[in-house]
Amino acid sequence: MPTNSDRQGLPAGVADISWNVRNNVTSAADVLERHLAAIDAREGDIHAFNIVLADEARLRAAEIDEAVAAGRDPGPLAGVPIALKDNMCTRGIPTTCSSRILDGWRPPYDATVVTKLHEAGAIVVGKTNLDEFAMGSSTENSAFGATRNPRDITRVPGGSSGGSAAAVAAGFAAASLGSDTGGSIRQPAALCGVVGVKPTYGAVSRYGLVAFASSLDQIGPFANSVGDAALVLEAISGHDQMDSTSIRRGPFEVSRQLDMGVAGLRIGRIADLPEGASPDVAARLDEAFDALRDAGAEIVDVEVPAFGYGLTAYYLIAPAEASSNLARYDGVRFGHRVEAPDTNAMYMATRTDGFGAEVKRRIMLGTYALSAGYYDAYYGRALKVRRRIAADFAAAYASADVLLTPASPTVAFRLGDKTADPMSMYLCDTYTIPSNLTGDPAMSVPFGTGDDGLPVGIQILAPALEESRMFRTAAELERRAPK
Amino acid sequence: MGRVALGVVSERITPEAVAKVAKLARLSLSDDELQQATHQLSDMLDHFADIDALDLDGVEPMTHPTPISNVMREDIEMDCLDRDEVLAAAPAAQDGRFRVPPVVGLED
Repeated sequence: MPTNSDRQGLPAGVADISWNVRNNVTSAADVLERHLAAIDAREGDIHAFNIVLADEARLRAAEIDEAVAAGRDPGPLAGVPIALKDNMCTRGIPTTCSSRILDGWRPPYDATVVTKLHEAGAIVVGKTNLDEFAMGSSTENSAFGATRNPRDITRVPGGSSGGSAAAVAAGFAAASLGSDTGGSIRQPAALCGVVGVKPTYGAVSRYGLVAFASSLDQIGPFANSVGDAALVLEAISGHDQMDSTSIRRGPFEVSRQLDMGVAGLRIGRIADLPEGASPDVAARLDEAFDALRDAGAEIVDVEVPAFGYGLTAYYLIAPAEASSNLARYDGVRFGHRVEAPDTNAMYMATRTDGFGAEVKRRIMLGTYALSAGYYDAYYGRALKVRRRIAADFAAAYASADVLLTPASPTVAFRLGDKTADPMSMYLCDTYTIPSNLTGDPAMSVPFGTGDDGLPVGIQILAPALEESRMFRTAAELERRAPK
Repeated sequence: MGRVALGVVSERITPEAVAKVAKLARLSLSDDELQQATHQLSDMLDHFADIDALDLDGVEPMTHPTPISNVMREDIEMDCLDRDEVLAAAPAAQDGRFRVPPVVGLED
């Protein structure tokens, strides 16, 4: 029987819950009530959710318990309470992207990940808060108010999937799903002290994920342990004909390799990594290399000269794609409309009223980067930088199996610290952005604490579809993390 | 190496350019918002000028992480979204269609 329930005060994790429910040791209803009680106790302080689906979840738990009683196996995530970032479509249930422009919209279909979670026996407990349309690194850019970090409620949870990270850290759900376009799973995972995974681009279907930047977006799990994250990733990955960028392969099978250790693995240290990590975070990274060396890995130095240009490439490419994707919010098909005498005035009034400041900023930046006379200088050059970055990583992976960096330059910062200066917020993404540009997988795993006793996350990067070695490394770091 | 002749990445953006971009994006900005947006976009473009230093001649643009090609499937009938359900999610619908205000004739 798996055990990862030694986390003080938190309900059991994914592996324990599904084992217990499948073997009729615990009922899904009991598990759910424990999580709903945690939500009742602390959600007022945290604000992880845009909506808690208590009634729907209770009906679902009863179905799962009936299935077990009838001798049927509900699946590998039997009875596991899971929270969904509120940019994933749920049929008939509001999906807001934390934007007023989707006010009142109820999707007519489920995202593929929602269908897969259902088929695996999971229970959706709610939809979590995010930076509007996933644009931000602190979950302060939400039309419904900020989410707070469960480790310290004066701090941000990171973003944009801050609600999903906070929900897991606070024990509101055993796992959650987020989306990661430039670090939006890994950075909040680091700041909240949980595991967060951005899989290889195309490994998890984006059908039903509200698009931000289509060539960068990827769905992935949060959980309180590496093993739990692996189980959720296995359940949501695999080919989907509804997503034309979906990779034609089956689901990942990473769980069985978690105990393999790292002996013989070559762990790359990026010698020319951009500066910016605070001393506490840099110290934990050094200790992570030491821990893996002690475990039998070989530490090698590599260079990724174009790494530091990722921020610029990203903040030209992502807004360019967003300005196109968000053109669909025009008051015609979804949610919110401000009435006006003609269509053009209606588009203008609806979008001006419906979008928040950061979304407008990025739409304008992207429109500018794509506009006549500037396209070649901005978007075109950014795409060439992207190719350069991908080539540098490919070269680095010739001598290293995985790379280690900080997930976030600092521990969780205070609410309001970076809201006045967008550029300072963007710099939070320095270490996470390259994986989105290349499409390669990366994850953050908690590794000790930094300033003020707040969690530090170590990022593990791997080549496309090499999730197995990434998870092996993560599991070793988890075993050797400072207590 | 050295700064590329294009050089426009470091050129400062003007309020007139921001106003034009906002109009293209169907956003209206107050005078204060226009000034603030100009300042913020200017800051960002200054930062993004770091790539001016790169010699990118001959580098193929990378639009997508994986090589993508057209995806085909068997031409078989499949369920699609329910029309009533889709229209119910819209701000206004009539006679099985999305309803919008007049498209032409009111603007100069």
